[in-house]
Amino acid sequence: MVAGIHSAERVKRLVGFRLFWATMWARAYPRIVGAMRERSWMFFETLLPLLGVTSYVFVYRAIGAPEEYIGFVVVGGAMTAFWLNVLWSMGSQFYWDKDMGNLELYVLCPGPMMAILLGMAVGGLVFAGVRAATILLVTTLLFRVNYQVANLPLLGGVFFATMAALYGMGMLFASVFLASGREAWHISNLLQEPIYLASGFYFPVKALGFWIATFASIIPLTLGLDAMRQLLFTADPTLGFLSVPLETAILIGLSALFIPLAYVALSKLEEIGRREGRLIERRR
Amino acid sequence: MNTSYAIQTNNLGRIYKLRGPRHKNDPREIVALEGVYLEIERGELFGLLGPNGAGKTTLIKILCTLLLPTSGSALVDGLDIVKEAREIRQSISMVSGGETSGYGLLTVEENLWMFARFYGLDNQTARQRIGEMLEVVGLTDRMRTKISDLSTGLRQKMNFVRGFVSDPNVVFLDEPTLGLDVGAAREVRGFIRQWMAEHPDRTILLTTHYMAEADELCDRLAIIDRGRLLALDTPARLKRRLQREAIFHLKVGPLGPRPSKEAMIENVPGVRQVTIGEQNGHTELSLILEGEDALPGVLAHLTGRGSHLIALEKREPTLEDVFVDLVGRRLDVDTSQRSGEDEI
Repeated sequence: MVAGIHSAERVKRLVGFRLFWATMWARAYPRIVGAMRERSWMFFETLLPLLGVTSYVFVYRAIGAPEEYIGFVVVGGAMTAFWLNVLWSMGSQFYWDKDMGNLELYVLCPGPMMAILLGMAVGGLVFAGVRAATILLVTTLLFRVNYQVANLPLLGGVFFATMAALYGMGMLFASVFLASGREAWHISNLLQEPIYLASGFYFPVKALGFWIATFASIIPLTLGLDAMRQLLFTADPTLGFLSVPLETAILIGLSALFIPLAYVALSKLEEIGRREGRLIERRR
Repeated sequence: MNTSYAIQTNNLGRIYKLRGPRHKNDPREIVALEGVYLEIERGELFGLLGPNGAGKTTLIKILCTLLLPTSGSALVDGLDIVKEAREIRQSISMVSGGETSGYGLLTVEENLWMFARFYGLDNQTARQRIGEMLEVVGLTDRMRTKISDLSTGLRQKMNFVRGFVSDPNVVFLDEPTLGLDVGAAREVRGFIRQWMAEHPDRTILLTTHYMAEADELCDRLAIIDRGRLLALDTPARLKRRLQREAIFHLKVGPLGPRPSKEAMIENVPGVRQVTIGEQNGHTELSLILEGEDALPGVLAHLTGRGSHLIALEKREPTLEDVFVDLVGRRLDVDTSQRSGEDEI
């Protein structure tokens, strides 16, 4: 029996994991439903990135690069979707939510902030998944990319480890928005294109040299992409940066680092936001 | 501190440090709230009445755990706002006037469902309570309307449902009728009264700069200005403070040139407070006099300044008069502006 609004009886509330789960899906809901209701995003999220990937393919073909490079571009192009999802649909979303007055309400509600962020990520996967799948499918067919999958379960494992680390980093990044405003928005802008370069989205990261590639490995997509390429294109394994088991282990380590760190950062930056009045300000 | 109160504050204060570019002599900080002591009983509908910039919203945001105080302490529902913020959030909610929260692509029902789930309501409870509350506020027929298509008034009603659907112990309403038309504001006030009647153990802290709203709704209210509480009592007792004074509203012809400081109307014997406003070519004066016998002196003063009497009305004291008596200017004057009204 549900306590009606005219009744003095108290409403029972979910707690613990059930509250986390309910919060996560509730926050994912607007993204999922929004994607169904306004479908214009499909054009921008699929056709435009396809043009970018295609141009790289033509460049590689024109200079006579090894055929694996075409596959590298295709996989890298598909994975950009997840990076953009983390940057714009997760971290920077707090910027918009603050502006609209939602952030205050998120902070006020008992549902954990980690669940709200995870909900944003899960909802954003609709966009990212469609974009990634479209790029992968269309360019694979268009340019006749030949995959030689060496170990499918490991490939799946690497993908999930990459996602866990990447979205953990996204939560960490989102915490910055709790205590800052427009400047964090600029950081998002600043991170987009340079990471395409540093993480080797369109070429093997090994080409950047050991130290730059090592430094870029803090972005989980660097190693995730490199490992997936090694597992998808076995023809020339020397193009890989580190061995797949080592890269997988590092990705798991990054997940274990970023997720708890995000939890601590969210608490800490919320406190700073409360102290400095940043949680209640509108766009400056 | 006593945990039996719904809200208790002890010397609560908040100073904002100013960021961004400023001139050499600009202040580095603003005192938004200073030395606030409040004790609000459970079951009370308590009002904070003050002009824009008085510190009402700052106080609400502190009590809602969105802002830390820079001095003093406070308990909400018996819990410390600094150390037990997460626990407090289980039992409170907040609705602000002019709120634009939610997602425009979602319907009214979907937005409310999302927030209800954030508060841990299970699916069935959330849907049932949302349905019931939408009926109470007369929004049932808009249940499946996207919120981007709602008018300001309808959206505010939806915000109200969001604030109450989670069954909170303490509700903070920050200027809840701001921007609403008369009808919508009346319905919102009706909803507040009904909810308090049905849930006598719950508490509402309401801020407003509409006197009639404060007068109509609040069991007790505090008058706040420039971050300080100036008076705290029931609306009736606050008005009774002015019962010995004579309150007049005068409509007069345009006043002549501004006189010297000594010759201002405030210096006419028996005048306690005066506010002035220009309207359609004439001047309107609100006067609080120590007694009716001070009136001839005022009229003589006006005649001396080249003005003439158009209309005169003697009134019962209102909360506006109480405010004017306490701070020397009208309630609708923004605190951040230095008014010329108090120098006429």
